[in-house]
Parts: sequence; structure tokens; C-alpha cells
Amino acid sequence: MATTFADLTAVVRRRPSGGTPHRNLTLDHAQDLTLFRGPWRKLGLLLLVLAYLGAPAYFASSTLLTLTLCGVYAVGAIGLNLLTGYAGQVSLGHAFFFGVGGYATAYLGAEQGWPLLAYLPASALLGFVVGAVVGPFALRLRGNYLVIVTLGLVFLGEHLWKSWESVTGGGTGTSVKAAATTIGTWDFKDLTVYGVSYETEQSMFWLVWAIVAIVAVLAKNLVRSRAGRAMQAVRDRDLSAEVIGVNLARYKTGAFAWSSAFAALSGALYGLVTERLDPSIFNLFLSITFVAMIIIGGVGTVFGSVLGALLVMGGQRFISQNSDLVIFDPLIASSPTDSGWFSIGEFNNILFGLFIVLFLLFEPRGLAALWLRAKTWFLTWPFSY
Amino acid sequence: MTALLLADITSTDLMRTLVSGLALGCKYALVALGFVIVFKATGVINFAQASFVLVGGYITFNATNTWGLNFYLALVVAMLAGAVLGMLIEALILRKMIGEAPFTLVMVTIGILFILDNVVTAIWGPDPKNLGDPWTGVRMVGDVPVADKDIWTIAFTALVVAGFFAFFRYSTLGLAMRATAMDQEAAMAQGISARRVYRVSWAIAGLVAALAGAALSAGSVALHPGVGLIALVAFPAMILGGLDSPLGAVVGGIIIGLVQQLTSLYGPEYLEWFGNGFELVSPYLVMIVILLVRPYGLFGTKEVRRV
Repeated sequence: MATTFADLTAVVRRRPSGGTPHRNLTLDHAQDLTLFRGPWRKLGLLLLVLAYLGAPAYFASSTLLTLTLCGVYAVGAIGLNLLTGYAGQVSLGHAFFFGVGGYATAYLGAEQGWPLLAYLPASALLGFVVGAVVGPFALRLRGNYLVIVTLGLVFLGEHLWKSWESVTGGGTGTSVKAAATTIGTWDFKDLTVYGVSYETEQSMFWLVWAIVAIVAVLAKNLVRSRAGRAMQAVRDRDLSAEVIGVNLARYKTGAFAWSSAFAALSGALYGLVTERLDPSIFNLFLSITFVAMIIIGGVGTVFGSVLGALLVMGGQRFISQNSDLVIFDPLIASSPTDSGWFSIGEFNNILFGLFIVLFLLFEPRGLAALWLRAKTWFLTWPFSY
Repeated sequence: MTALLLADITSTDLMRTLVSGLALGCKYALVALGFVIVFKATGVINFAQASFVLVGGYITFNATNTWGLNFYLALVVAMLAGAVLGMLIEALILRKMIGEAPFTLVMVTIGILFILDNVVTAIWGPDPKNLGDPWTGVRMVGDVPVADKDIWTIAFTALVVAGFFAFFRYSTLGLAMRATAMDQEAAMAQGISARRVYRVSWAIAGLVAALAGAALSAGSVALHPGVGLIALVAFPAMILGGLDSPLGAVVGGIIIGLVQQLTSLYGPEYLEWFGNGFELVSPYLVMIVILLVRPYGLFGTKEVRRV
């Protein structure tokens, strides 16, 4: 009698009569795909939801603004992590796509008066399309040509934003204030729910982090699907991937397009939150900041991108608001007359540049790896080694 | 040549542009040469090269203005400092990362670029400075006015490139470097120290970058932190010439320099649609076209893939 695969797994599936295993072992594929597996993760999810709902009541407006901006960058960082962490391609073009999304929102939302639910997806879609058009140029060759081509894209983009005055407002920039922020009866600049009204910072926090959650789940679903496995195969060894039938051009371009779409969405949200765009934001240093986020947070993990965005943006804003603290004061000149070696911007850039180098040297998979290691230690206890 | 003489652009204008384009191209060629040497020897796309250029410019400035050295002596000091910086970065960071995935290596050099550029701004400030070069005059060659700094730049580049090719052709170390670039394992089996080859490649990269930095920031108040970003234009030059070809780097650099100066000559009249300052980004457009038409550049090795 032929033994089928199902027969074999049935033995594993059937739990021993003495009771259940004391750990959450992964027994089949469907279980492996469950997002929130086991009581601890469900508890974690619950805590996250509570934090999401409760944070606006707890934090001051300025802190909320910082957290909202962290969320804005987290969307872009998730996008970059799809491309770099999962498909193994480095891009410095994130600032460009960030700009594409921002100006799309300024034009469609503020000037043409589209509703929120139309111009946000439209901005992301525009990023996707531009990414899909540019990607193949860079991906014609193996190796890291993408990083060079996207570097060019940032400079070409900066030029475009300065020159295309009818849409971007040229060097002086453009205002995004007029963009609609309503979904149904909820206006996210002035939210009133069940008779309780909230400030702009509170409402925006909810809007942005809801989008972060959607994007994170989207990205997570992408990377644990066939496409995601193909991308990781490309990252690990493109030749072998091609041999087993992965269409390299398709998945590299696809990853680039998705990552651009997320970057554009991130830029759109940035415009929405700050209400002002000018071309000096979308420079090479912004792209490098995104790279710093995913390296510090964790290359190849979705939650690492969010962690990185929180740390880098939160850190930058913390330093710029507390530059007179004892530990920073001797280093930072917070005003032209203050003593100190660095300006705030320089200090931030040097710090996060150092973080990039140090993390790559000593902890290449970022903070997420620390967390995963700690978790594995507890899960495998008492055999942790 | 006469076909390029459009409307009110005279042949003198054109000649002047060609000479300055050649000089600009020489500077890019130097930067690109540094990129190519490191890439060929170690397989690293070294973004920090652009900050070596910046550091070189500022050390030249410091040597002439603060330490009061003779300009040519300052140039030598800067080139040595550049070489030391290159070696330090190789020894402290890149050597620890041999064998890592290419994208990790690229990101490390981007991190270094980020740090060095900002450290330079922190030390010397964001305001433009006078390099203090003696190349301020303009002389007439025939009826074409040519800036002194252009002549010096072209002369220095020719000298460095000649020395460079002689080094690779005739010296033992140059031969070792070529052998390592060709097949590292075979080279090591012959007793060539890969470590030494790596160190020397980074040193040469730092050296030529420092010279390029001084050349790029020569002239009146032309030294500013943005020079590091200008140096990134060497990337299109490198793509144009072929990533692994030193000759390609030189030719690519010169072509990019000419393209840039010609766009700035014809730009206001014929390329108005592209907007102001288009010449600053035209190299990147050239790069994208090259990648479409001839992805391995003019002199690059076409990749052979074996399973």
C-alpha cells in the first residue's frame, strides 16, 4: 500500500492522547501562515490596538505630531524594506518617489479637490507606475546598478520639482493645506466621534497609523506569498532562483514598483501632515535616512521597518527638541551663537550614519534581530544556546 | 563642427566650451578612476569616494589657508591625506565585511558618505570658501580665452592618468592588482596578498579623489559642501565607460564633462523646456540612455553567466 504524504502528516497532526504539546509547534502549512499565532501574539495585537486607540488621549500634541511623522516614514520604510530586505536591491530613489506622492497629493488633493479616498490611492498608484517604468532600466544588469540609477533619479527629481512650476510651485514649494481630509462623516483635521471632538494632531495620528497597519499587513501578505518567496530567492542567489523558474525581471521590477508605491504613499501622507512641500526636502539625505531606518530597524522584517522609523524619526526629533540637554549640549550648537561642534542637522546625520555602519558591522539584521534572538532564547528554554 | 554652430553661438564660444568641458571631464575622470579601481579590485561600489573628494578639497584649503603652505605642497598633503583616509576606511570597516552581500557593502559606503560629508560641514562650516589656488588667470590660446585652472587640471589629470597606466603596466604591484582583479583565487595561489592589493586600491582611490577635489573647488569661492554631491556625477561617467574599465572611466568622464558644458551653452536657447540648471543633471539622463542602449558601457566587460 502506497503511503501518501497526507498519511505521514496525519501522524504528526494527531495529538498524542496524553495531552497537547506544551509549546505552540507549527504543525501544518495553514498554521505557518497564521499572522497572530498563539496567545502571546494575540495579546501583543491587543496591546497594540489599545496603544493605538489610547495614545492620542495620553500624549501631548507635539509628541503626537512626532509619532504621526514616524508613522508617515514607517510606510516608506516598509516599502524600502520590501525592495532591499526581501528582494536584495538597494535603492537611493526613495526621496524621488516620496516627492512623486507628495506632489501628486498637492496637485490632485489640494488643487483639483479630489477626496481623501481618491487622491491617496492615486498618489500610490502613480508611484507604482513610475517605479514600474523606471525599474527595468536599472534591472537590466545584475549587481547593484539600481543604486546608481536611482541616485540619478533623485537628482533628476530635484531638478523636476524645481522646474515644473505649474504643478510643484517651483523652488518656493506648494501648499497642501486645501487637501480634503474627510472619510464619510469623519474629518481627520477636526474629528468628532459620538459628540467628542479631537484636535488635528490626535485625528491625524489615528489616520496615519491606521494606514501604517494596512500597509504592514499588505506587505506581510506580499512577502509570505509566492511572490514574496520568489523575491527572497532572488535576494539570496539570483542565478539559482532563475534556474528554478523565478522570472527575475518580473519580480525585481515588481518589488521596485511596490516599494515605490509605498514611498509615494508615504510622501502623500507627509504632505497631508505637514501641509507644505518644497523641493529641498526630497534630496539624497532623505533617501539615506530611509536606508538608515531599515538597517537600524531590521533588514528583511516588516515590523523592523516600523521600529526603525520610530527610532530614527523619533530620535531626530527628540534631539532637535532637546539639543540643550546635558548630554547633547557640548556637542550641538542649537543656535548660531551657541557653542558646540555640530549643528542639529549635522549631529543627526552623523549619528544615523554611524548607526548604519555600526549596525552593518555588528548587527546586520538590526534591532529586530535582537528581539528575535531574545524570543528564541525563551522559546527554546531550557535548551537555549 | 560647423553643424554645432547655431544661431548666435560663435566658434570662439564653442571652442571655449569644449576646452572647459574637457577640463571638467578630467575632474570627473579622476573621481571615476577611483571608483573603478576599488570596484575592479574589491567589487565594492564605493559611494564614499564622493566624500573623499570633499575631504581632499577641504584639506587643500586648510593646508594653504590655515597652515600657510605653498599650494602645490598643499596638493601633495591633501593627496597623501586622501590615501591615508582610504586605507583607514578599508582597514577599519571594509576589511571586516569581505564576503558580505553586495547590497550590504553598498549600504556601508553610503553610511560612510553620510558621516564624512556631515563631519566636513561640521568642521569647516557650510559657507563657500576660496581654495587659495594660484590658477586665477585667463590666457588666450589663438583667440580662445582659456582659464589657467583648466590648463592645470588637464595637465595634472594627464600626468596622473599616465602615471596610473604606467604603474599598472610596469610595476610588480600593478601586475598583482591586475591579476587579483582577473581572478582572485588564482592570484592568491601565486602568492599575491589580496589584503595588500585591497589596501593599495583604496589608497589610490583616496589619492586621485583628493586631487579631483582640489580641481573641482579651484576658482573663486568654489569650495563648499555641495562639491561632494557634484562628485557623484562621476557615477554616470563610470556607467558610460563601463564599470570595470579604467580607460572607460577616463573617456566616460571626459564625455560627461563635455556634455555638461555643451548643455549649459545650448541650454538657455535650445533646451529651455528642460528648465534652469539642466546642465547639472544632464549627466544622469545620459546615464539612463546609455543603460538602455549599451548596458555594459563603452569599454566594460560583458558579463558571462555560468550556472
